[in-house]
Amino acid sequence: MPEAVIFDYGVGNLLSLKCALEKVGLDAEITVSPKQLQKADAIALPGVGNFSAAVTKLDSVKETLLDAVESGTPLIGICLGLQLFFPESEEGPGEGLGLFEGKTVRLRGSVKVPHMGWNTLRIVKPNPLFDGMADGSYVYFVHSLYPVPADKEIVAAETEYGTTFTSAIASRNVFGTQFHPEKSGDVGLTILKNFAKTVKR
Amino acid sequence: MDVTCGKVVKGVNFLNLKNAGDPVELAKRYSDEGADELVFLDITASSDNRDILRGVVEGVARAISIPFTVGGGIRNVSDARLVLCSGADKVSVNTAAVENPQVITRLSDVFGQQCVVVAIDAKRRRDKAEGKITVETHEGPVWFEVYTYGGRKPTGIDAIGWALQAAELGAGEFLVTSMDRDGTEDGYDIELTRAISERVKVPVIASGGAGVPEHFLKVFTEGKADAALAASVFHYNKYPVQVVKKFLREQGVIVRP
Repeated sequence: MPEAVIFDYGVGNLLSLKCALEKVGLDAEITVSPKQLQKADAIALPGVGNFSAAVTKLDSVKETLLDAVESGTPLIGICLGLQLFFPESEEGPGEGLGLFEGKTVRLRGSVKVPHMGWNTLRIVKPNPLFDGMADGSYVYFVHSLYPVPADKEIVAAETEYGTTFTSAIASRNVFGTQFHPEKSGDVGLTILKNFAKTVKR
Repeated sequence: MDVTCGKVVKGVNFLNLKNAGDPVELAKRYSDEGADELVFLDITASSDNRDILRGVVEGVARAISIPFTVGGGIRNVSDARLVLCSGADKVSVNTAAVENPQVITRLSDVFGQQCVVVAIDAKRRRDKAEGKITVETHEGPVWFEVYTYGGRKPTGIDAIGWALQAAELGAGEFLVTSMDRDGTEDGYDIELTRAISERVKVPVIASGGAGVPEHFLKVFTEGKADAALAASVFHYNKYPVQVVKKFLREQGVIVRP
């Protein structure tokens, strides 16, 4: 089985993501080790934690991670994991991975924050992650911030919640979802299955 | 789902518990049937059944891929960590939060506000009481009293005031259970739900009393609930999840298929 590694920032529930990746045929390991990141067939940056704390944890593996992505290893960032693709976040100080230009901002307005619950995706760019998925599919969100990519070409899906925000991105071997596919029932499993299909051994 | 000794149970007004099945099997069934979220409350939580609880949580996490909350006996960060690391998405606190409100802030700081559900079990009181927030109902003015220890201990605390305080302290969500309605299938306590939902800025899950699909509609429209929890009606298959959802959709409520 191809091996996916889940990078551990040290807080919260990573078991759900591990179980979900295993369900779609990836052997998932939770790790902080640069060695494991280097030899992984796929990398997942999970969605639990705080931006500043996560970038501190990521610091020692940043180069390894960027090299792996550069060499074509499929990467999926979920929620905070997606926000880490960008250089900065309103959540706190620290420098993200800088894979893309842009920044992460807070949800504002009259809506209840955190945005917590099921909401729909408007697919704006067909991409491997959404193969076989209907436009308007429901996925599960838990977040107070969202990314604003400078390059709109990478935006794969948008969602309405007080405002229209980027809920998924796709660019070559890099994918990111502001929602939690591991918590999004069958739709989420389809997305993860599609991600697993991009993984070569 | 109320879990005790590794089994799902259901009572009426928090009493006369009946066995309703295996938590992991029920979780799988509800997830397949289209439930949006599951809640497990270990209603007779004590330190000696920690391992059973952890086993159930892990089993559920492996079986389903929708969010679930676990509560019962969570008193501090290390209790919460055990449950979250076993695969739960949120923890719910009730007695511990009433007795030590700072635990809400601690949990919220460590795991994030979205992880912390404050569960409130409340009962209507018709007597006059100084300093309580009263609500006009069809049976006259009432206030709502908070109960702890799985509904066994009245606290004299006003539920609406408590919700406002808990929200300030960092509660990410409220699970509001009407003890008067729990297990009766007479409908949710609309006044209780609305009184809290209109005053806090985080989601409110209404609980206690669902019997027919109309009850769900009413608690969303009149009760201003963000989510509705039900047990008896689903456990005994009176109205499957999809029947309730279809009814709501026909009535114009936006629900996930």
